[in-house]
Amino acid sequence: MGALLGSLLVLIGSVFLLLAGLGLIRMPDVYNRMQAGTKATTLGSILIFIGFAVLFPGQWARLAILVLFIFLTNPLSSHALARSAHHQGVPVLLPNTSTWDGAGRDDLADAKAEKRAGGSI
Amino acid sequence: MERVRAQAVLTAILFLIWLLLSLPVQFSEVIVGAVVALIIAAVPLPGPAVYREIIPLPRRLGAGLIYVVVFLWAVVKSNIDVAFRVLAPRLPINPGIVRVKTRLTSRVGRLLLANSITLTPGTISVEIDGDDLFVHWISTDARDVEEATGKIVRGFERYLEVCFG
Repeated sequence: MGALLGSLLVLIGSVFLLLAGLGLIRMPDVYNRMQAGTKATTLGSILIFIGFAVLFPGQWARLAILVLFIFLTNPLSSHALARSAHHQGVPVLLPNTSTWDGAGRDDLADAKAEKRAGGSI
Repeated sequence: MERVRAQAVLTAILFLIWLLLSLPVQFSEVIVGAVVALIIAAVPLPGPAVYREIIPLPRRLGAGLIYVVVFLWAVVKSNIDVAFRVLAPRLPINPGIVRVKTRLTSRVGRLLLANSITLTPGTISVEIDGDDLFVHWISTDARDVEEATGKIVRGFERYLEVCFG
């Protein structure tokens, strides 16, 4: 029973990781790829760790630390990537792709432009 | 007094992580872990000043626990949400970067808020500037700053505010 439950958790986790990879290919720009890359991988790897904890109950404490570590580092790295992309001037929407409706909006670019105009940077 | 409390908090955190790492634990390991944690906490580094913001009062710990539950539930929801977006043939996204405001003043609180935003429904914190957080939103659905703040920030802020101030 434990082996079945553990394996099932690992399998579901792997599916989420697969979806994250698919998202990296399907999404149109850096920021949206980041969305797929951060979120699906978080739940995916955590489910795999929980599955391991069910399969190998003696290791639960170390796996718990790993989960904590992922919760702390995963968002940090994607934040750093998104932030540096924006500093490099990567636009929020790619031109020439028309798979979505609605104009893009970028409050951060506006705020940066305002600051530059005010000379406070 | 504040400094001693920060050192006590740091010692407790280090000791807990040590215990988790060395489970099943032996008595000698407990002693060594406690001593080393005390020594590290006693070294006057600039970093541990952050631990002054962690004040172990029952009310704050309770809010922290509720926050963890709210946060985990949001993580599960966001993962399923993004998974559906990836799988949907029409790729239903409407991305944009919105400005939101936070009431939190402590550094730990803001760190956890930004982290939680990144890990939950379709949002990534891109930049922070004073009280303003700039968030990339996969399905932008707000007319102004207040609406975006209500949808993205409030759910976590309510508990983090009590926990860290």
